[in-house]
Amino acid sequence: MSMEIAIPQAVEQENYLNKEYGVWSWLLTTDHKRIALLYLISITFFFFIGGFFALLIRLELLTPAGDLVQADTYNKLFTMHGMVMVFFFLIPSIPAVLGNFLVPLMIGAKDLAFPRINLLSWYLYIIGGVMMLHCMLTGGVDTGWTFYAPFSTNFTNTKIVEAGLAIFVVGFSSILTGLNFVVTIHRMRAPGMTWSRLPLFIWAHYATSIIQLLGTPVIAVTIVMVAAERALHLGIFDPRLGGDPLLFQHLFWFYSHPAVYIMILPSMGIISEILACFSRKRIFGYTFVAFSSIAIAVFGFLVWAHHMFVAGMSVYAALVFSLLSYAVAVPSAIKVFNWTATLYKGSIHYDAPMLYAFGFLGLFTIGGLTGLFLAALGIDVHVTDTYFVVAHFHYIMVGGAVMGYLGGMHFWWPKISGRLYPEGWARLAALIVFIGFNLTFFPQFLLGYMGMPRRYYDYSHMPEFQVLNVLSTAGATVLGVGYLLPMIYFLWSMRYGKPASDNPWNAAGLEWKTASPPPTFNFEEEPVVTWEAYNYEELDAPHSEEVPVAR
Amino acid sequence: MARNVDALYIFLLIVCGMMTLLIFVCLVYFSARFRHRPGVRAEQIEGSTPLEITWSAIPFVIFMVIFAWGAVVYFQERTPPTDSTEVYVVAKQWMWKLEHAEGQREINELHIPVGRDVKLIMTSQDVIHSFYIPAFRMKQDVLPGRYTVEWFRATKPGVYHLFCAEYCGTQHSGMVGDIVVQEPAQYEAWMNGGSTGPLSATGEKVFSELGCATCHRNDTQGRGPNLNGVFGKPVQLEDGRSVTADENYLRECILDPGSKRVKGFQPIMPTFRGLVSEEQVNALVAYIKSISGTKAGDSGKASASAAAPQPAAKAQPNGSQVQ
Repeated sequence: MSMEIAIPQAVEQENYLNKEYGVWSWLLTTDHKRIALLYLISITFFFFIGGFFALLIRLELLTPAGDLVQADTYNKLFTMHGMVMVFFFLIPSIPAVLGNFLVPLMIGAKDLAFPRINLLSWYLYIIGGVMMLHCMLTGGVDTGWTFYAPFSTNFTNTKIVEAGLAIFVVGFSSILTGLNFVVTIHRMRAPGMTWSRLPLFIWAHYATSIIQLLGTPVIAVTIVMVAAERALHLGIFDPRLGGDPLLFQHLFWFYSHPAVYIMILPSMGIISEILACFSRKRIFGYTFVAFSSIAIAVFGFLVWAHHMFVAGMSVYAALVFSLLSYAVAVPSAIKVFNWTATLYKGSIHYDAPMLYAFGFLGLFTIGGLTGLFLAALGIDVHVTDTYFVVAHFHYIMVGGAVMGYLGGMHFWWPKISGRLYPEGWARLAALIVFIGFNLTFFPQFLLGYMGMPRRYYDYSHMPEFQVLNVLSTAGATVLGVGYLLPMIYFLWSMRYGKPASDNPWNAAGLEWKTASPPPTFNFEEEPVVTWEAYNYEELDAPHSEEVPVAR
Repeated sequence: MARNVDALYIFLLIVCGMMTLLIFVCLVYFSARFRHRPGVRAEQIEGSTPLEITWSAIPFVIFMVIFAWGAVVYFQERTPPTDSTEVYVVAKQWMWKLEHAEGQREINELHIPVGRDVKLIMTSQDVIHSFYIPAFRMKQDVLPGRYTVEWFRATKPGVYHLFCAEYCGTQHSGMVGDIVVQEPAQYEAWMNGGSTGPLSATGEKVFSELGCATCHRNDTQGRGPNLNGVFGKPVQLEDGRSVTADENYLRECILDPGSKRVKGFQPIMPTFRGLVSEEQVNALVAYIKSISGTKAGDSGKASASAAAPQPAAKAQPNGSQVQ
């Protein structure tokens, strides 16, 4: 790893990558930037594992008959795909990699508030990850990532407790990251970095951290209860033991719905940064975009039971949760409108990060609007638990969160690695991902409204669904190529990429006012902020050519 | 019902299509019109509160229309008409067991007549399942330990898919079947072949075999409440609450008699959990309903005798659904 990054030029100044070498300098580091890279490697590993499962799922569904794998194997594949992607990729992805790297840099701090806890959170992630890998290699789990009781507690023979424990542990990693961000953002902003001058990326991470802190303990408690019913036969969820299966769903979604916002909010933060930079403008309606993040975090806790409209819940409860679900749609709509308005009278550049941002806008819009269908009680009865839902949340989580993540990785790659990625390849990859994604998931909306249920391994009873499934599988292979490309050229650029200047995009934000890659303590001197966020007017003013960027 | 769902769906497609179009046209137009040109600088715009309010308020109003419309359709979907034909459903890994009130039993196949309201009273023997008929746009989870209700009216004869929509284990995707919608004449012919007698009659047999009648006598002298006419009526409980004696209440009384004991009676009834199968519970419930005069098993008589309990049922239109 460190050899890869070692930069050949003798004149290269000291930075966080070349300060120390050797395995221990990485494994015992407390530098938030190095920990971010540790996370980057780990989540990329899990992303490709989860992606491999997805590919097998799509291959199985190429034909109506269940002919590639056995039913139990298929059930384990979609379970593992969900668990790995949600808990080991999406939730840590942006916060633990880009957030870890950028939060201190963006607010002008030397590091996060608790550097050792930050390292601890990575170790917890690795322990949870190793447990999950062990669980998968020794048999896996077949409940779906949703663990619905009483199937999970008293009917399946697979490794529920071990998988639950892995998620329990990785949950603490998520809590600690959130805690670190909240304290850092409150206490460690550089002089002059007021709340109203914070980049929207920081606002988004602040909102995310609150959800991580308040929501994650609930899933931990729920897992403990599942384990208790399974191992000790305490009657909590299974009616045969006197329990209530709906209780499980309430507890599960109380965390797992806000978890969706853990995945998408940081991505929204990235989009705000990219759109401002590549249209050379202050973001339209800064205050509204910032507070819509907080509103999403708050309202996000009040909508969990919209996953349960046909679960056997009271119709009046359903009414309330449907209403609140529309309430949470408003701040998301506000964001989309403000982003669109930001482009107006801008000076728009089409570099790869911006292409990902456009992709995000399109896909998130479709994902968000199809959410309106699902929140409409009368329609949800028909489309819930079908491929419509699968398509909807992939538009949000893959079309939204992953597009944002990739956009962010390209945008800040020069800062992270000190090298430029190959722009042509990056634009090509963005296009491939966009096309592959739509080809994979758009047909699933149609399948869903036609009535194809989720988690079906064999659809020989209804062969009319095959054409759309073939399209979807074809799309998945394209998408797979789209995801492999960035990994290849990022690795390539670490050795062969052109060295990046401190601020290759001429972007606003403190992270661009230090070296690429930054020194271990981020800034040579503590920065003092005297300007508003997104001061592109000053950056692009003709006289700024002569004044070198402060460092 | 399917038509109502589709109407809302099409409305949403149009509304969302327009919103998508609006955003996409702006995106494409802005990014083409304002693309970077050497020497031209971006014009800084701080934002606009009136604009923010506009684009918060207009979507909010649209959302509320969708919400209200969705809620209306949902209440239709969730409120079975009082004189529906009843079918008891027992789900298990990985099979649907259906029993008509008239006594016909089926597996993974349900015959229903065209044009008649059909109400399913469903429970599960093991894990959660979901009874889903895409063509009717209807779905309801089927839970162990309680009844859930689903209803529909088929308008066209034919064979429609029945799916289990809640993941339930290995053969989840094998838990599929057919809904066979027949013309009334065909349906009658099918119905007359090989029945074991109405479900309520089976229930009556179970009732006497288990000796229920020793306590639940036909007069006021029994150690348990007289069950004649109890279905659909409010019941005063020992702890002061009042509940409606719907299917779920009867079921709970059989399996967990202590939990909602009727006022004035001693807690002497033993639980029948584990002693009776789900099918027997269904038969007992059907029997108790039959002696209450609401549902006699053959729906032909139902409309005449439904006159009396209807006000009670109207006061609590969702009584049997709300759990």
